[in-house]
Amino acid sequence: MYIIFPEAYRDGHAIPSAVQAQKNSDQMNGKSKPGLNNSTQTKWVEQMEKIQNSQDQTAFAELFSHFAPRLKSFLLKSGASPSMAEDIAQETMATVWQKAKLFDPTRANVSTWIFTIARNRKIDVLRKENRPEPEELPWGPAEEPDQADVLALQQETEKLSEALADLPPKQAELVKKAYYGDLSHSEIATETGLPLGTIKSRLRLALERLRHRMT
Amino acid sequence: MMIKHHLSEKLLLAYSSGNLPEAFNLVVATHISMCDECRIAACAHDAVGGAVLESSDCVEMEPNAFAKTLKLISDQDEPMLNDINIRRSGKSRFPKPLQDYVGGDLNDVRWRSIGMGVKQSILKTSKEATVRLLRIPAGSAVPDHGHQGTELTLVLQGAFVDETDRFGPGDVEVANEDLNHMPIAELGEDCICLAATDAPLRFNSLIPRIAQPFFRI
Ligand SMILES: [Zn+2]
Repeated sequence: MYIIFPEAYRDGHAIPSAVQAQKNSDQMNGKSKPGLNNSTQTKWVEQMEKIQNSQDQTAFAELFSHFAPRLKSFLLKSGASPSMAEDIAQETMATVWQKAKLFDPTRANVSTWIFTIARNRKIDVLRKENRPEPEELPWGPAEEPDQADVLALQQETEKLSEALADLPPKQAELVKKAYYGDLSHSEIATETGLPLGTIKSRLRLALERLRHRMT
Repeated sequence: MMIKHHLSEKLLLAYSSGNLPEAFNLVVATHISMCDECRIAACAHDAVGGAVLESSDCVEMEPNAFAKTLKLISDQDEPMLNDINIRRSGKSRFPKPLQDYVGGDLNDVRWRSIGMGVKQSILKTSKEATVRLLRIPAGSAVPDHGHQGTELTLVLQGAFVDETDRFGPGDVEVANEDLNHMPIAELGEDCICLAATDAPLRFNSLIPRIAQPFFRI
């Protein structure tokens, strides 16, 4: 795994210890597997909470080190030129900071949320189109989300990552291509083959709980 | 709202992965605004996108990328967003994505007559596909038409019935080339639909066919 440190930390500034610790643990684990363990995904949720609550730049630097290089790779595969992929990855991460308070860990994990931001930016830049978004639910993210809901959603999302890693290579490639925006409509007729039922029931429970709280 | 006809998994995947033309995205986003079930399904498909991102290998960013990102943030010169702009939909209010394209609600739509009492208003999107609002007087029919491509129709008000079923508020019908249908608006109130097509409709009666190039049907 590459760890790319922001220049600000290379030049003169000390690398924050939290980032350093992450670097060490990544090095010990070797190349990370696609299906991440629990602690990794919930760790990203914690970093998001630090950004939400105290505009923590160290937490942001950590998210950046992890996600920006993946975004760049994702965007290159989506047909962006290297400079465009670099720009969209930076813009996506800037939006992550800007919209941090809209992140709702009962509805998405951090990878999912960042994916949606990058996808929209990609459509905006590559296709020069607006992407109509559904109306937001009549409530924002809960002030203090139910931790059981957060954990359950993170776990379900990780199972999805593991299921993707376990797909036969050809099928996994087809799913990935779809998300790179690299499939014609007819090809998408193929089922993803991923078990979406359990994550849907998780999301449904969280939604019902939120609705209940509203009334 | 009792929604019976939902988006297909195929459409939801295409929406989530960014494979749909803008016109179809608008119909999908408007339906999701009205339908919890499809909102949940769309979130699940987004989660697959997150898993794909997570499984991506890494490509090194430029050395000054983080500094440039911080500059992007400070250049925007806006405080961190605090709350979401939420607009609740009422009876004559359109869901937010549709409002954005109409520039208002039902009362703000600029209708053009296309004959037989039917009115339409084409919304501006990219050219790969077309999306329009249709207003069909209660009890009337939309001329019999077949399809060259896919037509996605979402009912916003009233209801229509065709050979396949009844479609009420929130319901979507996905019609492909095989369906040659004549939707009839139910008695009661006018039926208002949001319809996207990726090919021009082909009307089976002579006059509307001649009129086709004029009205971009
Ligand atoms: Zn639905």
